[in-house]
Amino acid sequence: MSRKGLTRRGLAGAILAAAPVASMVSAQPARRRVVVIGGGFGGAAAARHLRLADPSIDVTMIEPKAEFQTCPFSNYVLAGFKTMADITHGYGTLTARHGVTHVRDMAAAIDPAAKTVRLAGGQTLGYDKLVVSPGIDLRWGAIPGYDEAASAVMPHAWQAGPQTILLRSQLEAMPDDGVVVLSIPGNPFRCPPGPYERISMIAHYLKAKKPRAKIIALDAKDAFSKQGLFQDAWKELYPNMIEWVPLGQDGRVVQVIPGEMTLVTEFGQRHRAHVANVIPPQMAGKIARDAGLAATEGSLAGWCPVDPFTFESTRAKDIHVIGDAAIAGAMPKSGFAASSQAKFVARAIAASFAGHPAEAPVYANTCYSLAAPDYGISVADIFRATPGGIVAVQGAGGVSPRTPANAPQFRDQEAHYAEGWYASATREIWGS
Amino acid sequence: MTASFTATICVALATMLAATASGQTFAPPSGATLAATCTGCHGPNGQSAGAIPALNGRTEADLLQAMLDFKNDRRPATMMNRHAKGFSDEEIAAMAREIATNWR
Ligand SMILES: Cc1cc2nc3c(=O)[nH]c(=O)nc-3n(C[C@H](O)[C@H](O)[C@H](O)COP(=O)(O)OP(=O)(O)OC[C@H]3O[C@@H](n4cnc5c(N)ncnc54)[C@H](O)[C@@H]3O)c2cc1C
Ligand code: HEC
Repeated sequence: MSRKGLTRRGLAGAILAAAPVASMVSAQPARRRVVVIGGGFGGAAAARHLRLADPSIDVTMIEPKAEFQTCPFSNYVLAGFKTMADITHGYGTLTARHGVTHVRDMAAAIDPAAKTVRLAGGQTLGYDKLVVSPGIDLRWGAIPGYDEAASAVMPHAWQAGPQTILLRSQLEAMPDDGVVVLSIPGNPFRCPPGPYERISMIAHYLKAKKPRAKIIALDAKDAFSKQGLFQDAWKELYPNMIEWVPLGQDGRVVQVIPGEMTLVTEFGQRHRAHVANVIPPQMAGKIARDAGLAATEGSLAGWCPVDPFTFESTRAKDIHVIGDAAIAGAMPKSGFAASSQAKFVARAIAASFAGHPAEAPVYANTCYSLAAPDYGISVADIFRATPGGIVAVQGAGGVSPRTPANAPQFRDQEAHYAEGWYASATREIWGS
Repeated sequence: MTASFTATICVALATMLAATASGQTFAPPSGATLAATCTGCHGPNGQSAGAIPALNGRTEADLLQAMLDFKNDRRPATMMNRHAKGFSDEEIAAMAREIATNWR
């Protein structure tokens, strides 16, 4: 129902009851409507926390999927010690217990002036505030030869689901002395430590099942997240199995030829693969770009600029962009970060509806990675907003110690805590 | 904004009123906002779903002591020493009060 409709009905009621206008207004407040696009780490968390912050807010979450499969822990499905069922979460608690309306459709267009969202199915929804958390789209064609059809031969597995299953089955089918080649993009991209955890998890599988196999990781960067920790672990756990090729040593893939299972690097080297995992460059989800929420030039073109204090789009009023799609300063594109942003934005929206002053935000991130099932490492940070952007608090956070006392026990403990994080984080978003 | 301002941002800044470029001012974060950074690992209302210890049902004094010990490296940890250093002592007191009072 439109706000105009509500007001008119309220007015008619007031005339019938001959009540003074002031009391009519307070007795019949228009129910505030928030529409959330996306039911992933940012969107589902925002929907739930909006209802927790103020149960009088009408929250509609638009997400085509009936169930969500998390990228976090999908690398363990590749390794074979988690299943797709372990990383699948439904929306039953969000709808039944928290009163979120889940509309199973795609948002097709946003009209920031009319404050409406049009769905692929034709319906139009009005909003007072819109939260946009559509995650990433893959830049098909950014690496010549790598389009959607190519991903059926050379999976990216950077959105969990059928792609994860495809990559796992290719690893299982590959010859015992086969070669796995990964292509890793430059910054920024979803989950900075993700490719290196993936290398570790593929190595873990190969070490047990195909110890003569090799992994070649072609990287468009010269440095990466938790690099020292990962490289220590590779040396210790998977000696002579992994070759990481940085940008400076011709690591950047400039073409793929799926029909020949070949990846070509900048200086013309051709790598033949039995399994090719191409993680292509990325950008904010289509709906955000189509609505004009993304920057169109500069090194962050394709991602959405936001106010560091509120995550409100700098390009459209009353629209908050969170999660991977947003340019969030020092915060990485992670599920932890997305849900941290969601919690804060939900509280800020509820405060603005209630007419309370906004609080300065505090954001957090932690990314656990496994180098083996009993070998966990992590990076953590606390973030504050400044007028110039979101910055990490100096002196806090950082990565796991490189040489802790009693290292095997320390790494094993972090691996347990990684499981603990996943259980708590997914419960907090989708669970009971 | 100057680079040195970014470089010197510290916890003390957050306890002051913050103002954006557009001049909007913000209240210091409440205990509830601060404690919302903890639930991703310790679970909603501190009801942990796994290996990370639960935080619900603890006293304010225990929480305060534990956080200050983590912050000052007086208590060994894999993770909490890195998180606790992100907050001022006043913020730690506010979140300890919030958790002890409202997390069941
Ligand atoms: C291999 C791998 C491992 C990872 N491991 C970790 C980890 O250990 N820890 C961590 O914190 N993060 C991890 N991440 C990162 C994490 O997955 C993302 O950062 C997180 O999912 C971002 O949340 P989001 O809400 O922005 O997007 P998503 O979680 O992708 O959610 C977006 C949702 O929006 C929906 N959507 C898109 N467009 C529309 C539309 N037009 N209308 C309606 N719905 C739409 C999609 O269907 C999707 O469900 C990992 C990522 C990868 C690839
Ligand atoms: C990234 C995950 C993570 C986050 C976020 C986190 N914790 Fe922890 N917490 C842990 C882990 C892991 C432990 C176990 C000690 C260790 O190894 O660090 C712990 C232990 C604790 C303990 C000691 C519990 C006991 O059994 O005595 C307290 C208190 C605590 N955390 C409070 C907090 C508070 C308050 C916050 C929010 C500011 C927070 N934690 C955020 C992971 C986390």
